[in-house]
Amino acid sequence: MSGWIDTFFDSYWGPTGLRTLGGLVAVLLPAGALVYIYLFKLMSFVQSRIGPMEAGPQGSLQLLAEVGKAFQKEDIFPRKADKIVFALAPFVVLMSTFLLVLVVPFGPDAWFVNLDTGIYFALAVSSVSVIGILMAGWASASKYSLLGGLRAAGQLIAYELPLVLAVMGVVIQAGTLNMQDIVLAQAEGEIFGWGGIGNPFILTQFVGFAIFLIAMQAELTQPPFDMPVAESELVSGYMTEYSGVRFLLFFIGEFATAGVFAMIASVLFLGGWWVPGIDPDSNLFNIVGPAVMFGKVLFVTLLIFWFRFTYPRFREDQLQRLCWKFLIPISLLNIVVTGVLKVVF
Amino acid sequence: MTAVSETEQLRYISQQAADARVNVEIETEGMTLNLGPQHPATHGTLRIIAKLDGEQVVAAEPVMGYMHRGYEKLAEVRTYPQVTTLVNRIDWVGSFANETPFILAAEKLMEIEAPPRAQYIRTILHEMSRIANVILGIGDMGVQVGAVTPIFFAFRDREYVLNQIEAVTGGRFHPNFDRIGGLKDDLPAGWIQNTKNAMEKVREFCDQIEELMYGNEIFQARTRGIGIIPADIGLSYGLSGVNIRGSGVDWDVRRDATPHGLVYDKADWKVWTHPDGDSYSRMWVRLQEVREGTKIVDQLLDDIPSGPIMAKVPRIIKVPAGEAYVETENPLGVMGYYVISKGDLNPFRVKIRSASFNNVSITPWLLKGVYVPDIITILGSLYFILGDIDR
Repeated sequence: MSGWIDTFFDSYWGPTGLRTLGGLVAVLLPAGALVYIYLFKLMSFVQSRIGPMEAGPQGSLQLLAEVGKAFQKEDIFPRKADKIVFALAPFVVLMSTFLLVLVVPFGPDAWFVNLDTGIYFALAVSSVSVIGILMAGWASASKYSLLGGLRAAGQLIAYELPLVLAVMGVVIQAGTLNMQDIVLAQAEGEIFGWGGIGNPFILTQFVGFAIFLIAMQAELTQPPFDMPVAESELVSGYMTEYSGVRFLLFFIGEFATAGVFAMIASVLFLGGWWVPGIDPDSNLFNIVGPAVMFGKVLFVTLLIFWFRFTYPRFREDQLQRLCWKFLIPISLLNIVVTGVLKVVF
Repeated sequence: MTAVSETEQLRYISQQAADARVNVEIETEGMTLNLGPQHPATHGTLRIIAKLDGEQVVAAEPVMGYMHRGYEKLAEVRTYPQVTTLVNRIDWVGSFANETPFILAAEKLMEIEAPPRAQYIRTILHEMSRIANVILGIGDMGVQVGAVTPIFFAFRDREYVLNQIEAVTGGRFHPNFDRIGGLKDDLPAGWIQNTKNAMEKVREFCDQIEELMYGNEIFQARTRGIGIIPADIGLSYGLSGVNIRGSGVDWDVRRDATPHGLVYDKADWKVWTHPDGDSYSRMWVRLQEVREGTKIVDQLLDDIPSGPIMAKVPRIIKVPAGEAYVETENPLGVMGYYVISKGDLNPFRVKIRSASFNNVSITPWLLKGVYVPDIITILGSLYFILGDIDR
């Protein structure tokens, strides 16, 4: 019996199957948790209502009800739509999320792929979703979708820059592009010779963290940067013509990407799977690491969603102005300062 | 910024258009965007045909009439007391205010006067329907610029006002409470204190929304300088109410031409204006209007006289032949009824001047040269109710 298991895990399919399963959990579990905790409950709390209460205790099964509802719905294709592109677009958007989670470490040995250029890879594949959104906007044969798709493309490409530049500071400080090594650099770092809590880069790179959060909010097209889906203007932007499962995929993509981006933010700035007081090489982190990550993800997304619930949205030109005239100069300055300090100390 | 002349505005528009085309070699083809009749931003069935160049509006035309219910014609085959049931549904968010001018016009024709107590309660209810209406308008503006939270606060606190209206009239939305010569019923016990508490809640809402929405930098960036209506242009399009006061015109029917039968002169209050004329100033005046409204209600509640609530009116109401026009300051602007009577049980002809129709008619002028997101901001700041446009 055990021989069979050993053979299975030594073969190609064993680890691959495990990784696939882990990837699904790593993407979908935070997404579901975010939708329930923040979108359903915190949003209701902010808006002085109670939110879903009927499905399950405290409405906890509402998510399943929503998914079930989406599966029952007809998969509508607009008559003039480019059928193949229209059908593929949501998968392309979701694919970007799954590619992103590949390089995120959850523990000393709990990772999917340990790339030496991990963060570089993550920032590169995060732009893949632009292609999916443009596909959706173009193929829907709807003016609202087209406007939404173009707005999304312009916004996502513009905000890639501050995102990358904000990460640069961390990379300079850690001296590596490897996500795992960035976590270790924070765990083994010292603040003026005192290593009690390591050196989470949020302390030294707080400017980078703020810029990363803002750019991330824009990458996720969450309010106040939700021009592409602005529901009072463009109905629902590039998602206007989608229904049923394909709409659900867009919806999952939105929140799963929020979760995965929050993971990357917590790896870069909050120390990832590591908590102070425990040796980072300890095997314990392979078990509690994912839970620690989850907690940090919840913290980062709390900030994102808090902004989402209280802020009105920018206009397209104001959004670009904020990016080019404010975020990019500041992040460049941040890089310069970080570089100088790195040389000095 | 003060009012700009039309030539200045046109120059600004063409300059904006030129800026947008910098470095664009190919001449883009225009696109026509059909906003509505079913569109989340129009909260009803208004349709705006916008011709776009990129995201910039070249020409915009509002199409109305999807909700026309023919109230002017229907009023001709109803008796006078029955007409209030119809006109209730014109501006459905502030219903009681629709009844007042019609009743006052009928009273003017019959040359009767409601007792003082009825006049006070009438004014209070008129003002409360304004509060209920404008609160919702403020919350709705939040949704139009992308902040979802204000509308929930607005719905929450509007309920306090609606509860009080329901307590006295029996109807939350369509009170149908005003009668020729007075009111249907007297106030229920304890109503005065409860209403004062509700007004306190409304003032809290105003403070809250001022911090949450008006103080927000993004909200200001989205509304300041957007959709500027110069005072003379606004007047020539027949704008009224907050939309014209937001352009700096100090004109309020409540203060300047209160029709006989409303007691606004008994309270101490202020007409707010704002010199800018942009979307923000309109919303700002709206907020002050709610605050003043609560003040008026509080003061009038303090000195409601005792006495009957109904004058001596014949059982079957026949209005003597004649013509009368009465206008009042309604939540959305000036609303007037021109009633012609031939001495029958029913009016011979009723012409309704509703505020939103005029307020929306400025959109072709106003929307020229703005971006698509600003269409929504401007429409939200003009704040119209579809029933008030189409009647």
